[in-house]
Amino acid sequence: MPLQTPPLRGIHDERGAKFTEFGGWDMPVEFDSIRTEHAAVREDVGIFDVSHMGQIHVTGPDATELMQRLTTNDVSRLSVGDAQYAAITDEDGTIIDDTVIYRLPDEGGEATYLFIPNAGTDESTHERWISYRNEWDLEATVDNRTDEYAMFAVQGPNAATLVDDVVDTADTADAIDGSVTDLSRFEATESTIDGVECWTARTGYTGEDGFELLVPWTEAERIWSAFDCQPCGLGARDTLRIEAGLLLAGQDFNPEDNPRTPYEAGIGFTVDLETEFVGRDALAEIEAEGVEEQLVGFQLIDRGVPRHGYDITNPESRVIGTVTSGTMSPTLEQAIGLGYVPVEYADPGTTLQVVVRGQSKKARVEQTPFIDTQ
Amino acid sequence: MSFDVPDDRRYLESHEWALETDGVVRVGISDFAQDELGDVVFVELPDEGDEVEQEAEFGVIESIKAVSDLYAPVSGEVVSVHEDLFDAPELVNEDPFGEGWMLEIEPDDTAELEELLSADEYEDQIA
Repeated sequence: MPLQTPPLRGIHDERGAKFTEFGGWDMPVEFDSIRTEHAAVREDVGIFDVSHMGQIHVTGPDATELMQRLTTNDVSRLSVGDAQYAAITDEDGTIIDDTVIYRLPDEGGEATYLFIPNAGTDESTHERWISYRNEWDLEATVDNRTDEYAMFAVQGPNAATLVDDVVDTADTADAIDGSVTDLSRFEATESTIDGVECWTARTGYTGEDGFELLVPWTEAERIWSAFDCQPCGLGARDTLRIEAGLLLAGQDFNPEDNPRTPYEAGIGFTVDLETEFVGRDALAEIEAEGVEEQLVGFQLIDRGVPRHGYDITNPESRVIGTVTSGTMSPTLEQAIGLGYVPVEYADPGTTLQVVVRGQSKKARVEQTPFIDTQ
Repeated sequence: MSFDVPDDRRYLESHEWALETDGVVRVGISDFAQDELGDVVFVELPDEGDEVEQEAEFGVIESIKAVSDLYAPVSGEVVSVHEDLFDAPELVNEDPFGEGWMLEIEPDDTAELEELLSADEYEDQIA
């Protein structure tokens, strides 16, 4: 199957980016160097092309009901311009995907949502929504708009200043003076950039302050070029999100190879058991009983770099888990990672070992996020 | 993008270079290889006195995004290890043909160098 290409594939190529396959998309992994791009986001501001993320649009009389029953959080709490992080789970409470849900301005008097499934899962998610809508006989329109929107993330301590400079107008009650700097984290607004209507949200996945912009696919170049800052690839996005202790779909959870519940994955805060959703009963039971394993952050004490798939052992060298993400942290200059271990090994300060190419390396469980941000 | 390929040394298809001076062969990786790897964060090298075999692994280089084995250009005894790289692996990115060197080997047979790629041949490979 040919790779899908973001609208700015050619622009990135001209800029000298290297590319990688990710979720069926041909995406820039590195523009200058991961270290340079990472530092720009931690210290200043950088822009990522995340057009591989999916966009599913839901509206109609039962849109809220459908969203409520297919995601773990409470969408009824969302006012127009609010965003919410949630999980999508199966009947067993296993995470199928994680997502951000935006409540858009009402359409035809009906609540309207746009949510962002991970790269490569937009089609299956769209089918899931349609299938359940039909089964439950709900009245809602569900559109896969992944190829209508490009998505950019502008991230870093100076993101607000830059985005505010670039945005012409911002229109919601939350953007009091038409300024995006008035938005709180997880608030969003309609805005205009160089005459183009965009959806601008104070969200991101780097641990820094920042904004994500949904822009018309056909206007992607115009919006991208309005931001004069360091372009960043998926390589830096990965090191930034690991430092922030954030999950990567398909790696830190994977319904096929590594099925995990939100409680195991450390995103139990996305589960509202007061709402009815697919997986709710299983999760209520797991929540009551407690989990046997959980995702922890760790730092390697010995020299080496932990990588996805490496064994985690206890000090007696018995295999107790697997590394799901790992890197050399550009900020800390320490080797850090994430992995699942039995809860008795999950307390910060616990000594573990990671088997790096056949050699046991000492590691210590750390509180995540690994760095102080925001 | 063009890469430096100095013609005073020989190359392996796996992107290591070998420079012989007074019977000692210094080893590193090419400009192309360091660029492909990206930010180098870790090198694992043998100890002085270890024996290495031509085209066999002698160590590991890790960048933020990838892990690669390192292969010896000649067989012989490791007579020097560039320990500065343990604290400053970024030297491999900054100066791959100079301060980013990794090992010095006293070769069993300097004729083995003739089996390696010339600068022109290596340049063709990475073109």
